Amino acid sequence: MTESVIQVSGLTKQFDGFAAVDRIDFDVKEGEIFGFLGPNGAGKSTTIRMLCTLSRPTDGSATVAGYDVVKEPSRVREHIGLVSEKLIMYNDLTARENLRLFGELYDIPKDVLLRRIEKLLTFVRMEKWADARIGTFSTGMKQRINVIRALVNQPEILFLDEPTLGLDPQSSVEIRELVRRINIENHTTIILTTHMMVEADLLCDRIGIIDHGKIVALDTPANLKKLVSGTDTTVLDFEIPNLNPALLASLASLSCVASSVQEDETHVKVHAKGEDCFDAVIDGIRKNGGKVQGVRNLEPTLEDVFLRLTGREVREQVSNHVPMAGRHGPRHGPRVANSRVR
Amino acid sequence: MSVKRVLRHSGWIAWKDLLEFSRSKLRLVMLVLMPLFMMVMVGYIFPSGTSISNQPVALSNQDLGVTIPMPPTYVNTTVFMGNDFVTGLTAINNRTGMMDLSSSPGFDDIRTRIQDGAVSGGIIIAPDFSRCLMEGEQGNITIVTDQSNPQLSAMMQSVLGQTITAMGKQWAAYNLNVTYHISVTQAQAMIQPYNIQFTGIVPGNPNYFQFVAPGIISMVVMMSLMTGLPHAISYEKDVGTLDGMLVAPTSRLSIILGKVLAQTVRGVVQATIIFVLAVLLFGVVVYGNLLLVAGLILLSVFSFVGLGILITSFTDKEETATMVMMTLMFPMMFLSGVFFPIQQMPWFMQDIAQVLPLTYATTALRKVMVLGAGVDAVFTEIVILLAFGVILLAIAVPMFRKAMTR
Repeated sequence: MTESVIQVSGLTKQFDGFAAVDRIDFDVKEGEIFGFLGPNGAGKSTTIRMLCTLSRPTDGSATVAGYDVVKEPSRVREHIGLVSEKLIMYNDLTARENLRLFGELYDIPKDVLLRRIEKLLTFVRMEKWADARIGTFSTGMKQRINVIRALVNQPEILFLDEPTLGLDPQSSVEIRELVRRINIENHTTIILTTHMMVEADLLCDRIGIIDHGKIVALDTPANLKKLVSGTDTTVLDFEIPNLNPALLASLASLSCVASSVQEDETHVKVHAKGEDCFDAVIDGIRKNGGKVQGVRNLEPTLEDVFLRLTGREVREQVSNHVPMAGRHGPRHGPRVANSRVR
Repeated sequence: MSVKRVLRHSGWIAWKDLLEFSRSKLRLVMLVLMPLFMMVMVGYIFPSGTSISNQPVALSNQDLGVTIPMPPTYVNTTVFMGNDFVTGLTAINNRTGMMDLSSSPGFDDIRTRIQDGAVSGGIIIAPDFSRCLMEGEQGNITIVTDQSNPQLSAMMQSVLGQTITAMGKQWAAYNLNVTYHISVTQAQAMIQPYNIQFTGIVPGNPNYFQFVAPGIISMVVMMSLMTGLPHAISYEKDVGTLDGMLVAPTSRLSIILGKVLAQTVRGVVQATIIFVLAVLLFGVVVYGNLLLVAGLILLSVFSFVGLGILITSFTDKEETATMVMMTLMFPMMFLSGVFFPIQQMPWFMQDIAQVLPLTYATTALRKVMVLGAGVDAVFTEIVILLAFGVILLAIAVPMFRKAMTR
């Protein structure tokens, strides 16, 4: 359980002088679910691609399943499976044909492979759809086949790059459930990347928070949260019916406020420092004409951890790329009043 | 062992590609239609051979005739030799069907009608036609051509010129016979002492199909490899499925080989369709060994593959790949002597043609298909094609491996 299956030291990837991944070090232990959390462009996918031998590191070294990714890429490939951000499937082929093709590339004996394909299809309850073309599937079904495709060689290590990206909530839950089952039933080590705090929190044994190509924190979710709750920072959620930009600005300028984020039309989340910060913030709101209808003292989430570590919200950047439904429309989107800590 | 593995993997990748291809009905239909269109278009649009048929031609007989004392009574009679000429020409035309003759008052009318596009040429018999002939001079006949269509006008010039010259010789022979009592055969030998005969080294008259079919076959094979290959790979790169193969313990060689295999099958299927159509519908006769033809087609695949892989390695996106391909393909198509003989081109274009593998593929295939040449006759082309393949692959394969791990 404690043996490292992935060891990374000083791993760097530069694109035209820009460091997408900047001298990162970390270990992944056998049997754990390790998560990379960070906004788009933080370097998560690039790291995964280097570990999967799809991209050659500019500097540093990494071993996966005991093999060096640069010197013995073929050996590494035998031991890993990859669920990439884009579906690795041919729409005009059936589920079974897709699995067959990729299985054949691993030199699995035919009878073993055919039996394994049946088992995998049953594993994700897709046996009924085995001979339907992938193109006719829903996104959630496609992703289920896509995940078992990565398992066709029974990898010791499974890489998942944003496995729930673009899925509806129900399918996301299914895929997370699937990831957990793969981890427990097959004892597969899992490395996943996500920009979703909840996902990282729910799934991962350990999380590396990555930003601008650097790992800014690496620990269990519980320990990461202590980074926030262990300090004198309090996370408060104020309900202010007459919330307005002027009020937000004045709130942000208070000396005890580390940062504040508008959650929706009437709610604002405030990270405040100091013993008597609660009073100070309420006074500040009232002095500027705001009415406080309710206050909640929030348990710190990974979101807060990220905010504290990087001074930015993950969602702030993600929302530019991933359209969100419902209340996250343009008018109701979270607005960051003060994005700089310190 | 490793070679076997590479081949086995490439077989599976080719299987995948072909299966994918066969799942689209439209693509299958296009597979057959494309070569069919190509053959029909090339066959009917380009002039076939040196004959013309049913060309609308205006004929203006301006002959004023000549009045001479006609034997045996020696009464002055007006003779219109132009009419005899028209009768003769009409008789020939009825036999060959080359012209659709209509009468015309003169040059101005013919000019207007050529400008209108109503006729493609004209024949004018001069007013002094009969007089000249009777007074021992040459009778003048003018052929008017449509300069906006150089190819047709050249053809009219040569066909009408030959026809009228032949009529003139016949007339001369007749005169000699009547005047000097020389036999017609002797008279003909006097007028035209050299008898020219044209003969090819294989039976039959060559037509344009015969010339163009081998070229189109090698061109289609080239197209499927040059466009199909980069497209197949860059498309998979774009949608991300290529990662699935790259992350498996499969040699990069297997991937490229599998793709090449699938594209080759596609190209050869199309080449076969063209071949069959050419023989069945367009009367192309193959004088060479069919096995040699097949061998040459496969050899040309080998010589184009490297180029396809090279382009694939250079281009990162499907769109770029398609653009690069189109830019390269057109000059290759036209410079390689597929449609027009290389010998007709200016020297610098001939020089460019020398460095294109398609030139040698086309030449070799043409020699074998049209002239029935054997291996020894196309040995040079075979060596050059092999060299092209080896050199291009030696450059392309390492480039491809490098490009796959960026």
